[in-house]
Amino acid sequence: MRWIWIDRFKEFEPGKRAVAVKNVSLAEDHLHDHWDAFPIMPCSLMVEGMAQTAGILVGQARDFKEKVILAKVAKAQFDEIVVPGDQIEYHTEIEHVTPDAAVTKGSVMRNGEQIGTVNLMFSHIDQNLAGQEFPEENFVFTGQFERLVAPFLENDDA
Amino acid sequence: MTETEVFEIVKETLVEALALDDDEVTAGATLTGDLGAESIDFLDIVFRLEKSFDIKIPRGELFPDNIVNNPDFVKDGSLTEAGMAELKARMPHADFTDFEQNPDINNMGELFTVQTIVNYVMTKVAG
Repeated sequence: MRWIWIDRFKEFEPGKRAVAVKNVSLAEDHLHDHWDAFPIMPCSLMVEGMAQTAGILVGQARDFKEKVILAKVAKAQFDEIVVPGDQIEYHTEIEHVTPDAAVTKGSVMRNGEQIGTVNLMFSHIDQNLAGQEFPEENFVFTGQFERLVAPFLENDDA
Repeated sequence: MTETEVFEIVKETLVEALALDDDEVTAGATLTGDLGAESIDFLDIVFRLEKSFDIKIPRGELFPDNIVNNPDFVKDGSLTEAGMAELKARMPHADFTDFEQNPDINNMGELFTVQTIVNYVMTKVAG
């Protein structure tokens, strides 16, 4: 299993907002453990999906130069369950971004209907060192994440 | 804007930022000790106050940084005279009465109370 919880970006406006899609499939191992008799998409992994969507949006806003770490889940609320065959969309926008950190708000959609809210805060860890040092290379944004957003950035340049 | 009005908005802001009950937020409550704030929450609180009051809060103005990691300001785990003078100059919005008695840096949290935030915001909305 790969630790990537979005399949593709559907919309991406640099520095502003993004929409990512996740198709939930019974071929995914985790659904068989959560739960075998009644598989549902764990809310924690939907928080992670939103964190990846919003994290890439925040990272791209500073050209992937900052190490963007999820620092706080300000709000996570889910009103309905998500099951295999459903399509999730993570809609997120940047509410606030500074050299230190960023705040995003987001809606979780299931087959076009809003079923949840996930508001997050990210830290740019090199700007919040507090005496700690981190490796120079950007271990947060690996090739896979950047490739997801690449088509939108190429279109922008054209 | 009166101090009572400012307090009510600060209270709402803290209730949301720290997931608290209304009655937990009293003027004398300390952010870390009584309200359970962690380091990232301080930044979150600053962002939310900026939005709630439509003000700008420059980094380090409400919650000063670069004090405890400066060797001129801290000796044997306590603030030096120079450190105390610097902190007082940078936090005119805080009440130093208790902290001055025992300026152990572990007690610095006593300075960051709900009233400290209210005092700070008052200087911003008044000006």
